[in-house]
Amino acid sequence: MIHSLFLVNSSGDIFLEKHWKSVVSRSVCDYFFEAQERATEPENVPPVIPTPHHYLISVLRHRIYFVAVIQSEVPPLFVIEFLHRVVDTFQDYFGVCTEAAIKDNVVVVYELLEEMLDNGFPLATESNILKELIKPPTILRTMVNTITGSTNVGEQLPTGQLSVVPWRRTGVKYTNNEAYFDVVEEIDVIIDKSGSTITAEIQGVIDACVKLTGMPDLTLSFMNPRLLDDVSFHPCVRFKRWEAERILSFIPPDGNFRLLSYHVSSQNGYPVGYRSLVAIPVYVKHNITFREGSSQGRFDLTLGPKQTMGKGVEAVLVSSQLPRGVLNANLSASQGTYTFDPVTKMLTWDVGKINPQKLPSLKGSMSLQAGASKPDENPSINIQFKIQQMAISGLKVNRLDMYGEKYKPFKGIKYMTKAGKFQVRT
Amino acid sequence: GVSGSLQHELCSADGSAARQGDEREEGLRETAMYGCGFSANDELKEMLESNKESLKLEAMKRIIGLIAKGKNASELFPAVVKNVANKNIELKKLVYVYLVRYAEEQQDLALLSISTFQRALKDPNQLIRASALRVLSSIRVPIIVPIMMLAIKESASDMSPYVRKTSAHAIQKLYSLDPEQREHLIEVIEKLLKDKSTLVAGSVVMAFEEVCPDRIDLIHKNYRKLCNLLVDVEEWGQVVIISMLTRYARTQFTSPWQEGVSFDENNEKAFYDSDSEEKRDETETKPYMMDPDHRLLLRNTKPLLQSRNTAVVMAVAQLYWHLAPTHEVSAVTKSLVRLLRSHREVQYVVLQNIATMSIQRKGMFEPYMKSFYVRSTDPTHIKTLKLEILTNLANEANISTILREFQTYVKSQDKAFAAATIQAIGRCATNISEVTDTCLNGLVLLLSNRDETVVAESVVVIKKLLQTQPTQHSEIIKHMAKLFDKITVAMARASILWLIGEYCERVPKIAPDVLRKMAKSFTSEEDIVKLQIVNLAAKLYLTNSKQTKLLTQYILNLGKYDQNYDIRDRTRFIRQLIVPNEKSGALSKYARRILLAPKPAPLLQSAFKDRDRYQLGTLSHSLNLKASGYQELSDWPAVAPDQSVRNVEVIEPCQFVYTLNLCVVSGSGSEESDEETSDESPKSSSQSGEGSSESETDQKKEKNKKNTDSKAKSKAVNRYAVDHLGVLRPPPPPTHTRCWMLSGLAVSEPLALTPGPEAGFMTSHPSSLQVTVQPFGPVKSHELLHHMSGKGLSARYHFPRQPFLYQPSMVQLQITLTNASDQPLEGIHLGEHSPASLTLHRFSPVERLEPQASVTVSMGIDFNDSTQAANFQLCTKEAEFSVSIQPAVGELLLPASLTQADFEKEQGKLLGMNETSATITMAEGHCSSAVLNKQVRSMANLGEVITGHNNTHRFAGRTVSSGALVLVTVEKREAADATITVNTDKSVMASMLLRDLKQALASA
Repeated sequence: MIHSLFLVNSSGDIFLEKHWKSVVSRSVCDYFFEAQERATEPENVPPVIPTPHHYLISVLRHRIYFVAVIQSEVPPLFVIEFLHRVVDTFQDYFGVCTEAAIKDNVVVVYELLEEMLDNGFPLATESNILKELIKPPTILRTMVNTITGSTNVGEQLPTGQLSVVPWRRTGVKYTNNEAYFDVVEEIDVIIDKSGSTITAEIQGVIDACVKLTGMPDLTLSFMNPRLLDDVSFHPCVRFKRWEAERILSFIPPDGNFRLLSYHVSSQNGYPVGYRSLVAIPVYVKHNITFREGSSQGRFDLTLGPKQTMGKGVEAVLVSSQLPRGVLNANLSASQGTYTFDPVTKMLTWDVGKINPQKLPSLKGSMSLQAGASKPDENPSINIQFKIQQMAISGLKVNRLDMYGEKYKPFKGIKYMTKAGKFQVRT
Repeated sequence: GVSGSLQHELCSADGSAARQGDEREEGLRETAMYGCGFSANDELKEMLESNKESLKLEAMKRIIGLIAKGKNASELFPAVVKNVANKNIELKKLVYVYLVRYAEEQQDLALLSISTFQRALKDPNQLIRASALRVLSSIRVPIIVPIMMLAIKESASDMSPYVRKTSAHAIQKLYSLDPEQREHLIEVIEKLLKDKSTLVAGSVVMAFEEVCPDRIDLIHKNYRKLCNLLVDVEEWGQVVIISMLTRYARTQFTSPWQEGVSFDENNEKAFYDSDSEEKRDETETKPYMMDPDHRLLLRNTKPLLQSRNTAVVMAVAQLYWHLAPTHEVSAVTKSLVRLLRSHREVQYVVLQNIATMSIQRKGMFEPYMKSFYVRSTDPTHIKTLKLEILTNLANEANISTILREFQTYVKSQDKAFAAATIQAIGRCATNISEVTDTCLNGLVLLLSNRDETVVAESVVVIKKLLQTQPTQHSEIIKHMAKLFDKITVAMARASILWLIGEYCERVPKIAPDVLRKMAKSFTSEEDIVKLQIVNLAAKLYLTNSKQTKLLTQYILNLGKYDQNYDIRDRTRFIRQLIVPNEKSGALSKYARRILLAPKPAPLLQSAFKDRDRYQLGTLSHSLNLKASGYQELSDWPAVAPDQSVRNVEVIEPCQFVYTLNLCVVSGSGSEESDEETSDESPKSSSQSGEGSSESETDQKKEKNKKNTDSKAKSKAVNRYAVDHLGVLRPPPPPTHTRCWMLSGLAVSEPLALTPGPEAGFMTSHPSSLQVTVQPFGPVKSHELLHHMSGKGLSARYHFPRQPFLYQPSMVQLQITLTNASDQPLEGIHLGEHSPASLTLHRFSPVERLEPQASVTVSMGIDFNDSTQAANFQLCTKEAEFSVSIQPAVGELLLPASLTQADFEKEQGKLLGMNETSATITMAEGHCSSAVLNKQVRSMANLGEVITGHNNTHRFAGRTVSSGALVLVTVEKREAADATITVNTDKSVMASMLLRDLKQALASA
């Protein structure tokens, strides 16, 4: 399926290549570079590019293009999903997935890629299995290996590969048994000029960090499982049990994993009177005006908390792409700092925490090119923030039980809400 | 000893290898065209040849670094290959990586390593066996094809499923190296397809797709197994299997899309009224009944919509799109929309597919319209796709919302996107007549926009709109003529000129004036504008020659000497056409009709209009061009091919296949072949399908002609039959495989038992027929919970005597819950159960039960072939009640169909300890065969074995949980005496069954 893989950095250099079948010349990437040149932004490179003899399917992550070379019909999502899995694995192994990290660990990268695909077909993509086959590099292990000459490569087939629970290795032992779950929700919103909500959706995930001895069997139940109407699971979750009882029952993988992700929308499909709206945690008052004939524009922005159940809104960052005609912005922020890049016309304001008593604001004027006409469109405003200790959908975990093992694990659940694509049109 | 001598062998071989390498290197030194310095290579070579493992490892790591960078490291081959037998596993793996990379270039040297792999293929460690096969099969050296073939064949029957998986991958590698091996490889594929391991399934189907996607006949027998394994296969395998099964289903089942109800959104009304319509249809046309196997596929793929893997979700979505009945397709909508939250590349592909789907089925995505709203941060190609979908979704009800949204987009700073929005507005305007005027006015307003591209695009779209209804819009044309001077984009200028020319009679004053201006600026215009000036001149000349004759001639003269040959040609042509002279032929008479003919309005339609010719989710669909290796999705067959080819039973399929075979070879009708088979095996139950089989065989014949020549086919089939008998002994519980078919019939298509096209299928399985039909209706219902003790909730249960869908080792139970109170009961579900080892499948909770209402739910219990009671709690929202079910031993069985010969053979194996018998005096009236039959079968869920004797009745069954055979013989003696014999290795069951049978037959 996947013939070859090329890694291309942002300056257009191929810094790694790997072939699973016969070697494909790297000149095939010229077609990719052509597309890259044509694209105005790095994200605008089409993910699927046909060439006379091959097809190039690429993903862009961490400013690296992962370009897969395909020779015949294959579902493009298959390749895309796999490439993202490769990136996730690198990140898991090296902490970051940068060009430098990949170059430093080129041998491990090669060993990983060798295990992940056989003849272009995925072989082992489960992080637990890979980690048994190839141990992640740590400073300590690197030192030990240099001294003793021992290796990073496992000698036995990971038991998980053959068992009914391929995601978990056997013989796991911990002195402190703990299971942490993070409920993280991102809220995607488009708010129109008048302040009314056009769309609002919540994308939630439950990420787990489970370090438990043996073969624990966990069940996680919710106070309000009906919220979770559109869900996707880690393969470990017993689907039938969920269908029947709305309980998550699973033998967890060892370590970090994403247990489930869910989607809550304000759209149809919900019973009448049942949470028909997604709560919006912040509001924005804005007044951005350009006048015809004047070389000045006004900029006035105030943020405030809304429906946060008493939790503080933190790490607020406002950004806005101002129209091309704006030469400079002369603003003053009541708190935090703002920057304006006169080249990209990007205005960013690092607000910090919102104090409900003293609302943060950014006011002042923008100078426009003399003689230029008034911009057609007001800039839209993108906001990032975090709210700790709260899941905006109201999702609450009821309890976590463990079966199959005797010890008492330490359990913890954390909630957090973040802004996803939170956009205010002005 | 052995390893020592081998090492020696390797070393001596390496000696010559090294010499060759030296020669090569000298050659290289002369050309010196490689990037890495020789000193570095020499150092690496030294390190590789040292005695220290750590040095060797370090060298290999550096070499891998070179390979990763794309540098040539081939000259180190001799030094590297020496280390192939090294004990250090990491070093060995790196050598493998190197070997696979360069073996093709250094074939002779690569051969030296082969013996190492051949040895490793016998290693006790499965990981080592697997990796040896992986490397061996990746060495693309034609000479070793026979060795690879042998290794693949051996590994395909390895104990370890992991090694078998690797062998499936190796099949593809060998096939790409030597396509001649196809036939042999197909044999291995056939063998591996039968593998029951989930690990192997995905890989072998992949090999199938690559090597022999046309051999759909290999799938028949494995179809149900693949469907049932699917949930447990790893995610990548799931994708491959689902797309293969989609193709399979389109060749084997009939269309679930009713005739008349086409695959079109215009029929939404019919779609919503489908219930009533169906009823009407049934009386008129032949009712459609879904093949249970078709249903099985749909049912088993649906849970995968919840997968975290976007490729799996997309695969299921396309399967539903191509296979599910119209009203079920929308089941996939929510999951597809969920994928839009994933990475941008995923969004891109999913949006493309939704764009194609939304053309045919607006209703599917309309509720999720807002998910396609564009954000300013989206990449351009995502924006355009979303726009496309929004346009597809537009209808009278939502158009105002969509247009309001579009207004925001038009102002976008991304001008390419703004232009695309204008086109979208144009499409909405033509599709929805109510808003045509609104859109047109909006577009006219945009003509005064400051941005060039926006204005240009507006002009182009307005032109198209005006063409669809030119009558009342001379005002707009005038307006555009006024704007003409300000517009500089060529395409827009050309469009305006064309409009003025086309409708010159509506703007008689303005048109000549425009032409006058154009004559002035002709030379500085772009080609596309020049062409339209010539057009305008010609049209005006015809309608208003008085005012424009001179102008036209001037323009034609300019055009005659233009640099562009297109314009020169056009000018010449126009001159001949409109200016009459003696040379001009008959054509000029028709000049007016040619130039001023009413032109059909352009169709503004989606770019995704015809994309559905490709299977959704494929690369071809994404690119809108046929990718190499794309497998066409066939149309539904008008008549379904034989369904019984998918039955997995020991005898019948062989006979059936044999029947087919004869048909194919002799080319005779089905009657004849029926006779022949019955000659061969008089006890065969295959009086197979009178009506249907003829057409089926015909179809088969056709297919044979198409696919392979019939001889090869019959050979394959014969071999298959033999394999089948050989491999499946001892036979697996046939109930397991059969149950799907039966339960499918019983649960989802109860109508299937009415006489119809399925009749043929049923008669070929007399025993299973009886089971399904249940003429003896032993629906003895038992009390589970009395309403007095259940606070109004009463429950009764019975055994429907059908295999349990979800878990074949469970006995199916149906519980009828009735609310005898006057309050609604809520949340009825199963609570805790005991003993703890008991496994059961819970029924899905009943959310609410109204007073006096009752509901029947089904659950499964694995009694583990014992009559030990299963205790569990029946809970409502308020209370919990402990209940208990103790099954009669006869309910723990499922009928098995055996021929008399098999029965006797099996009985012969179950003698001695495994046989219990008793003699009884039967009650009066039980002596007749029919009654006796009925008594036995109402007591125990057994299948009758058809025998020649009147006095001996035989029954066969298998225990539900372990699948052990249970054989019962009732032999009538003189008078009312009879001997009952039970043969089974479950001795406890045997004695209990005997006791029950005695009771049933002896009592009145």
